[in-house]
Amino acid sequence: MYSYDQYDQQMVDARVAEFRDQAHRRLEGKLTEDQFKPLRLMNGLYLQLHAYMLRVAIPYGTLNSRQMTALGDIADKYDRGYGHFTTRQNLQYNWIKLEDAADILADLAKVEMHAIQTSGNCIRNISSDHFAGAAADELVDPRPYAELLRQWSSFHPEFTYLPRKFKIAVIAAEKDRAAMRLHDIGIQIIEKDGEQGGEIGARFYVGGGMGRTPMIAPMIRDFVPLDQLITYSEACLRVYNRYGRRDNKYKARIKILVHELGAEEYTRQVEQEFAHMLDQGVEPPREELERIKPFFDDPAFEDGAKHVDRSDPDFALWVDRNTHRHKHDSYVSAVISLKPVGGIPGDATGEQIRIMARLAKQYSFDELRIMHTQNVVLPHVKIEDLHALWTALDAADLGAPNMDSIEDMIACPGLDYCALANARSIPLAQRISEKFDASGKTEKLGELKLKISGCINACGHHHAGHIGILGVDRKGVENYQLSLGGSEAEDTSLAKITGPGFTEDGVIEAVEKVTDVYLDAREDGERFLDTYRRIGMAPFKEALYD
Amino acid sequence: MTNPDLGTSPDEVQFRFRDDEPADHGTVTVDACCDQTNATAVRIEPGDDARTLLPFLDRLALIEVNFPAYGDGRGYSSARILREAGYAGELRAVGDVLIDQLSHMRRCGFDAFAPDQRLDEDDAARAFATWDNVYQRTVDGRKTIQETRHE
Ligand code: HEM
Ligand code: SF4
Repeated sequence: MYSYDQYDQQMVDARVAEFRDQAHRRLEGKLTEDQFKPLRLMNGLYLQLHAYMLRVAIPYGTLNSRQMTALGDIADKYDRGYGHFTTRQNLQYNWIKLEDAADILADLAKVEMHAIQTSGNCIRNISSDHFAGAAADELVDPRPYAELLRQWSSFHPEFTYLPRKFKIAVIAAEKDRAAMRLHDIGIQIIEKDGEQGGEIGARFYVGGGMGRTPMIAPMIRDFVPLDQLITYSEACLRVYNRYGRRDNKYKARIKILVHELGAEEYTRQVEQEFAHMLDQGVEPPREELERIKPFFDDPAFEDGAKHVDRSDPDFALWVDRNTHRHKHDSYVSAVISLKPVGGIPGDATGEQIRIMARLAKQYSFDELRIMHTQNVVLPHVKIEDLHALWTALDAADLGAPNMDSIEDMIACPGLDYCALANARSIPLAQRISEKFDASGKTEKLGELKLKISGCINACGHHHAGHIGILGVDRKGVENYQLSLGGSEAEDTSLAKITGPGFTEDGVIEAVEKVTDVYLDAREDGERFLDTYRRIGMAPFKEALYD
Repeated sequence: MTNPDLGTSPDEVQFRFRDDEPADHGTVTVDACCDQTNATAVRIEPGDDARTLLPFLDRLALIEVNFPAYGDGRGYSSARILREAGYAGELRAVGDVLIDQLSHMRRCGFDAFAPDQRLDEDDAARAFATWDNVYQRTVDGRKTIQETRHE
């Protein structure tokens, strides 16, 4: 994986020093809270209901065991012993003291990490496919391109005060595991027939997003040559920076600009800016991509067993559910579920984080990934090591065999932590997983993506859930809207609301009912989503409201 | 006509990275600048299109870019667009210009700063020196980290 050279390190160190200076000026009263706010936000520090929250960037969700260990140590030293893995492939601490923030950033910098641009109206952490470099179905590893974009977007002088936050995802497979088209810019690395055979380039989708007005990004360019990737991105951003709405923060995301101008007109403006920028020399030298690529070379894979011994049914179940096909047939990618039955989705203790780090070192070439579904991946595990790995995970309460099942739900922090929340998400998630586990229905339902947000901001991706739950405030009482049919995979779609909302007990019952409709109606091999698409909303509505 | 209320005076310029004499007259709006053939100083507001000034760059000695609120980042694009088009006169950031914006503004081509509220000199000196190295190629002509890596 990528590792810093002296320059990358210097940039992060410079930022830590800058933040120390800013925090110092705040404490001296030279900065008002209003002036300090955007600065701390650019360093990932939010003020929440009970304490400060700090977000740590994990570029394209990839990290090594030394970094993971540091995250566990910080959880113990500065938080209440927990880290929370988020849908942005990041880690968030929910109980931070302002006085500690600069020290935490310094601890992070020691292991080549930071909290830069994890909030604020700037280009955020670049996300990517969590199976990058391991998946059997990818064209190339998307991370070198993501790293090129990371450097470009870090401390970008022109794009630090954008109309609103800006999120970029990069993938390089037909299967979309990064919700690419629900990002401000989604980039798919593709191959087209060129003069000398296949030529690699980037397809640009711009103007997707969730939040209160969810939109699926339209494609604006089907092929950008690799040596123009940064220039094209810069053109997309400049048009947005100049013309994105600033009069209303709810209409400030690029999706609104693209929607209001129309994709065609936005594209025309980008192309015009792009033509101008090609002369400005903004593209990094081509050698830079070549320098970055070897960092992501395959580790030294060895041939070994291709099958596991399935005599232990618990182990066999975990293998079936939680492993993903690897490009080398003696390996798999193993998903560590952070969704134990009744647990808080995405939470891990400091000790669990360190255990995952140790296991990565022992079994996965020192590498881990954070998934946007709030789980952790060991990308390269030898099939013959799987049993030992599973045994260790299980002992640490990290062995839940539930990837992509209803128990593997996404839930935002909600009213338990978040200052913007209308309703609690976490207790709801806990109750649903307990209920489905107890009734044994999880297994029958197969792949079913349930996503919960505590308010319209949609941090829990509810628009993209096969089943989505949104917390709303109804006359001061927590209320939940149910929606069906969303997807953030390559068949991206937005979920539709079923009808009037429910109480907390009511929505749990409603989830039960819609899954029953599915089980009754499904045809061979259909997932919940497929059945919904075939039979439509009506039968579900009937079961819910008649 | 020059609007006496518009524009900062050289006295209000706190930081200047040029050797020439500052222009000592008020600025006009972008619209007025396009109509008047003799205006040599102009002020850009966030909503103005900096590109409408491109035909007149030769006669302009001062362009002020106003930041009514520091969080409105349109002025950064305006500045770069002007420099990319070859504008060589003074480019002055005025308004809600704070310590922590200085280093980015400088990189976007500003070479003079007239903040509404005077800034602490030491803090500002540190801010201008924030980045020993830079990742992006901009109009300030600094060599990027990527270029240095591949010399
Ligand atoms: C607890 C404090 C948090 C606050 C105050 C917060 C605030 C917000 C707001 C205001 C938006 C809407 C932005 C817009 O549409 O313009 C948003 C969107 C989002 N947030 Fe959060 N958030 C928080 C935590 C999280 C966490 C923990 C995650 C990850 C699990 C997360 C992931 C997201 C995502 C994925 C979106 C949707 C992005 C989009 O609209 O494209 N947020 N957040
Ligand atoms: S969706 Fe709403 S409640 Fe949930 S974390 Fe985001 S802002 Fe908070």
